[in-house]
Amino acid sequence: MSLTKTAVSTIAVAAVCATAAAARDQVQVAGSSTVLPYASIVAEAFGENFDFPTPVVESGGSSAGLRRFCEGVGENTIDIANASRAIRSGEIEACAANGVTDIIEVRIGYDGIVFASQQDGPAFTAFTPSDLFNALGAQVLVDGALVENPYTQWSEFNADLPAVDIAAFIPGTNHGTREVFEEQVIAAGCEATGAFQAMMDAGMSEDDAEDACLAVRSDGAAVDITGDYTETLARIDSNPDGVGVFGLSFYENNTDVLKVATMNGVSPSVDTIASGEYPVSRPLFFYIKGAHIGVIPGLKEYASFFVSNDIAGPWGPLADYGLVSDPELEAVQANVENEVNMTE
Amino acid sequence: MTDATAETPRRGSGTGSLMVPDARTAKRNAREKRFRLYGLVAVCTGILMLALLLTSILSAGLSAFRQTTIQVEVPLVAERLDPEGNRDPAQMAKVTTFGYAPLLRDALIGTIESAGIETELDPRAIADMVSDESVAQLRAFVLANPGVLGQTIPVEVLASGRIDGFFKGRVTYQTAELDKNISPEQLQLAEALQEAGLLATGFNWRFITAPDASTTRPEAAGLGVAILGSFYMMLVVLALALPIGVAASIYLEEFAPQNKFTDLIEVNISNLAAVPSIVFGILGLAIFINFAGLPQSAPIVGGLVLTLMTLPTIIIATRASLKSVPPSIRSAALGLGASRMQTVFHHVLPLAMPGILTGTIIGLAQALGETAPLLLIGMVAFVREYPGAPWEGGLFDPATALPVQVYNFTQRSDPAFVERASGAIIVLLIFLLIMNLAAIFLRRKFERRW
Repeated sequence: MSLTKTAVSTIAVAAVCATAAAARDQVQVAGSSTVLPYASIVAEAFGENFDFPTPVVESGGSSAGLRRFCEGVGENTIDIANASRAIRSGEIEACAANGVTDIIEVRIGYDGIVFASQQDGPAFTAFTPSDLFNALGAQVLVDGALVENPYTQWSEFNADLPAVDIAAFIPGTNHGTREVFEEQVIAAGCEATGAFQAMMDAGMSEDDAEDACLAVRSDGAAVDITGDYTETLARIDSNPDGVGVFGLSFYENNTDVLKVATMNGVSPSVDTIASGEYPVSRPLFFYIKGAHIGVIPGLKEYASFFVSNDIAGPWGPLADYGLVSDPELEAVQANVENEVNMTE
Repeated sequence: MTDATAETPRRGSGTGSLMVPDARTAKRNAREKRFRLYGLVAVCTGILMLALLLTSILSAGLSAFRQTTIQVEVPLVAERLDPEGNRDPAQMAKVTTFGYAPLLRDALIGTIESAGIETELDPRAIADMVSDESVAQLRAFVLANPGVLGQTIPVEVLASGRIDGFFKGRVTYQTAELDKNISPEQLQLAEALQEAGLLATGFNWRFITAPDASTTRPEAAGLGVAILGSFYMMLVVLALALPIGVAASIYLEEFAPQNKFTDLIEVNISNLAAVPSIVFGILGLAIFINFAGLPQSAPIVGGLVLTLMTLPTIIIATRASLKSVPPSIRSAALGLGASRMQTVFHHVLPLAMPGILTGTIIGLAQALGETAPLLLIGMVAFVREYPGAPWEGGLFDPATALPVQVYNFTQRSDPAFVERASGAIIVLLIFLLIMNLAAIFLRRKFERRW
């Protein structure tokens, strides 16, 4: 009885309150934790320079953000989803099923992914995708045969690497970063070491071989980090031999404790990522709900401000923080200005 | 007396002496001693853990309450801040913070020169020594007071997070060598500024009153919005959970018939008290946001969710304190002709009040420290605008909460946020301490013993 009473009364209170609630006057954003720092920098500057209130920015991951984005149209749904990967066709369908049809895709720039270890730790100074695949793949090629990953130390497959136990802290599957890490590092290493070919020769279909390539060993040498880069940093702090995966901007803010490794001989920086020399990077996006433009005050102004040269340009505050500015920024600006919806 | 008996021990005859313990007594006594020791060790371990926790939080967080600032003489060049020259705020607002940044930079360089300090740093490196927040503050000040254009005004600007960290011992010349965001030369300049009396470290009120700031401005980040948000949520919890909880307990304890149905309710309430708080968050998202259409990130939704979470605690505490009121009080009241409702409200409830208040405050304290359910209703967010006053619909404005702010700070990349997170924990602990002290005070003050 008390439970029903409680439930009924709270719902009643809620309903009364809902009718009293004023129209929302601030932009609401949710999504990728990689995009969050950039979005909060822009939101802050937006609030300072415009008459609109500062947008509210939540994190929670690309997938969670896009799921909430696709929940429907209306004031109690978010206006913008931040994502560290492009929206998937399944998500576009889910959006359409809930009436979210006008989606404007905005690419804000590129983010590099770096491999770093403790400043005073072993000399992890140069990696190749092959090294990381050999260290972390579930199945690797040893003497021409595919075997369960037998390596326990880095030096066992590359004498140039330190003779310490393999302990890598990689982004968990809830992060958009994981996808980039798998596609641009592990898959590349799988092909380079010849494991991919060996799998194909062993009778696997191409798809199966690709999946097998991306499988990460599960014996504890590779640790999935579901939290943020701060968690990875804490793990590296307590494990001198650990190697962690970070975003370039995070590394640039912690250069006094972290030492970065080169990839294929190229050290990561805004310049090498912009030129494409550094191989591991990914575009960052945000998605605007077209139906909310003109309804939620400041939505379009926020989006335009985000991609303006002052903010997202090569000398703006986002680039200062570690974002690699989009070479085609003008096209992106035009897209936002003309509210060009995604075509698919 | 005792000495006398001790001098005449009764020995022999196999019965043993009261003064000389036999083997079994010695064993029993030793066992008791051991048990006491275990208890002592347990207590000491607890105290040690608490001491460790407090030292780590205090050592990391106390510095958040101090902040380094720099005194700068800023010439407000009218041509740059009001290109149209008509002092129209709407026109002046077109000059963004990007227009004010060079002004502050030049002012800082001018201040350094007039203080007679020589430096070879380039202008950009000098500008990096102060917080971007200061530029925004300067712009807001000029827009609010257009009359100051053309004057030179003294401004106290926040030093950047790294400079601030240098005076708190977090940044050293060694780490600056490796750090991309600060150079030893900048630290030297900061020391020179300190000697010239232009740079000082003082109490940081802004940490308590200012809103959150983005990742690049740890020095400006504060708890203002979070404290307000937590306060609003506690208001909602108090306004809903106390009357509902007390009404439910009085009915269950004093009026409801004892049958299987009320037993079931009792079991369910006890179970609810143990449900993980995230479950209430899922419920809140489904009912309050998706069904009732309440706004996201709003303290009202947070308050409603925390109400659901706190209710079982309050109901259990209230029922316990109602039970502890002796039946004789009820019998006496009923015997004098009072109705059952009069008995409850005139006699039982006042006597049970201290227990109810204690339970409520402990429930509130529990709700104050809760993060998980807020995650799902959008309160774990970057919010810079203060919510409005409660009578202006402020309960529906976005806000965060104190524990959420701790979580947010720990996720930021800049190491200066570690200090802010610990500082926020200290503030949260102070609030919890005050609430628990209030609970103890109320109990001591109004408690009746029979």
